[in-house]
Amino acid sequence: MADKVLTANRLSDGTSVWLDAAGNWNERLQTAFVARHKEAVEALEATGRQAFADNHVVDVNVIDVEEVDGILRPLRMRERIRAEGPTIAYAAGYSGLAATAA
Amino acid sequence: MYRYDEFDHAFVSGRVEQFRDQVARRLSGELAEDAFKPLRLMNGVYLQLHAYMLRVAVPYGTLNARQMRMLAHIARKYDRGYGHFTTRQNIQYNWPKLSELPDALADLATVEMHSLQTSGNCIRNVTADHFAGAAADEVADPRPYAEILRQWSSVHPEFSFLPRKFKIAVTGAERDRAAIQVHDIGLHLKKNERGEIGFAVYVGGGQGRTPLVAKKIRDFLPEADLLSYTTAIMRVYNLYGRRDNKFKARIKILVHEMGAEELARQVEAEFADLRHSELTLPEADIAAIATYFAPPRLAPRAEGWANLAQWKKADPDFARWVRQNVQPHKHPDYGMVTISLKPIGGIPGDASDAQMEAVADLAEEYAFDEIRVSHEQNLILPHVALADLEPVYRGLVAAGLATANSGLITDIIACPGLDYCALANARSIPVAQAISTRFGSPERQAEIGELKIKISGCINACGHHHVGHIGLLGVEKKGEELYQITLGGSGDENTSIGEIIGRGFEPEKVTDAIEVVVDTYLGLRLDPSETFIAAYRRVGPQPFKTALYGDKTAAAA
Repeated sequence: MADKVLTANRLSDGTSVWLDAAGNWNERLQTAFVARHKEAVEALEATGRQAFADNHVVDVNVIDVEEVDGILRPLRMRERIRAEGPTIAYAAGYSGLAATAA
Repeated sequence: MYRYDEFDHAFVSGRVEQFRDQVARRLSGELAEDAFKPLRLMNGVYLQLHAYMLRVAVPYGTLNARQMRMLAHIARKYDRGYGHFTTRQNIQYNWPKLSELPDALADLATVEMHSLQTSGNCIRNVTADHFAGAAADEVADPRPYAEILRQWSSVHPEFSFLPRKFKIAVTGAERDRAAIQVHDIGLHLKKNERGEIGFAVYVGGGQGRTPLVAKKIRDFLPEADLLSYTTAIMRVYNLYGRRDNKFKARIKILVHEMGAEELARQVEAEFADLRHSELTLPEADIAAIATYFAPPRLAPRAEGWANLAQWKKADPDFARWVRQNVQPHKHPDYGMVTISLKPIGGIPGDASDAQMEAVADLAEEYAFDEIRVSHEQNLILPHVALADLEPVYRGLVAAGLATANSGLITDIIACPGLDYCALANARSIPVAQAISTRFGSPERQAEIGELKIKISGCINACGHHHVGHIGLLGVEKKGEELYQITLGGSGDENTSIGEIIGRGFEPEKVTDAIEVVVDTYLGLRLDPSETFIAAYRRVGPQPFKTALYGDKTAAAA
């Protein structure tokens, strides 16, 4: 089973967020809580359902990641772009969502 | 241009307040996402990969300087300082906060703009020739009819919950600059032998996963019958269009399955009931709407001819820009200026707030306060005196908007792709940037001549790849991006759907592949006047397949 994290978009501003180990929705993927077995994944899914029902987040998904040298990397490019921001520089001085969130 | 009346103002303001209440209830938790989502979509608000996205309507692509400045203000105040002009002549913002969107919409309403019907299964923004009212080859200005359709279709109770979205385009010239044959309804404004205005009516065109060219179901529809006939089409579609399968719900599938003849018969039967009803357009009403679109009073500016010749001689860059980006106007002392939003290596369709302000300034000073958005993701100043081209050019240079590439290989259409879009499978923008950079030299572009590259990041085809002379479709294969090349598409009066040429290319190889296609064309064209699309239609796909794949012609894509 691939490692998994829980991701969503925050309701109020749509920003991509990941669930961290303290149960908070964090704007940085690298803080995400990683589920490595079935029970942990089920817990993530339940947390996601509840957060959606509580109107904190929308578009909730459990996604596959791998950990390489301590860095979390989503397996799908779509999720990598969600985590790191657009791959293009589009406005002077702006270097991606992660940089803004940091 | 059209000005809101009291009803329009009250209606749009009312909708803003309604949405403000809906957002407040959503944020408080009173309204669940399932209930809220269709409401936000009705107001042009999507949820994309990184944030919400707001799509603002620019009806038939026409706006004035005040409105453009408001678009700049929205970019600055509610977004990250830029916007993306789209193939539906609209503008999208990629980073607005849901909580601030009602304020943004209220600001837009102050300049008679909104985001209604830019999403959802309704009649979307009606598009038109971006040179409307200025083009030398025009029979009549299509915008009054587009405006009549806009008023008729806005929150039309019968057509607000269609099987699927519905797109209408109107062109007023034989040369189709509005891609009407890839629309659900395409209207070609023309005159009959008695000199009366009417429309050739096309139905069932579209791109997406099933690209189809529209069928002409009527040679000449009198202008007075525009709404009754369009209503008849909508009723047949609403009745028979499929609602069980999203992918088969567009009218093009109905036309394909029912047959154009049978559909036309059904439409005519419905039309027979509707004709001479209250939907018939009185001549006075058409004339009243048309007055909003009366061309500006263009004084003779004959001195421009001599000025222009001098300026061109003195500055080769200016001469190149005029040759490529200025088209003949119906008044000989004027030109239609295309402001390229395709800087070499840049992002197709993006403009910063400062650039929008610069365009607004130039429009006010030199272009009778008129701006257009083209479906090719550029901006247009439709009425500029030749005598004013030099200062306009200097202003555009200062704003980074003077790229002389209209209609050339670097004038690429690209959807937002996987960098922003929740539906995308692959990125579009970096591919466009790489191709633009590779072919960026003015000399090389001039040598290649007219060539339209269009790129979509998924099969929904927002980047119009099916009608690109060279089309690129990004797909995801085994978790990686792959780009299929199509050749021979065209979105004009000779519309054709491009053919998939063979297996796809990885991102790092796709620019090389495009270069092979281009070099093959350069090697086989009869002479420099034979455009890429003309050459392709003459020789077919085989020389390109051989060049790309060798003799093992084209493994399956």
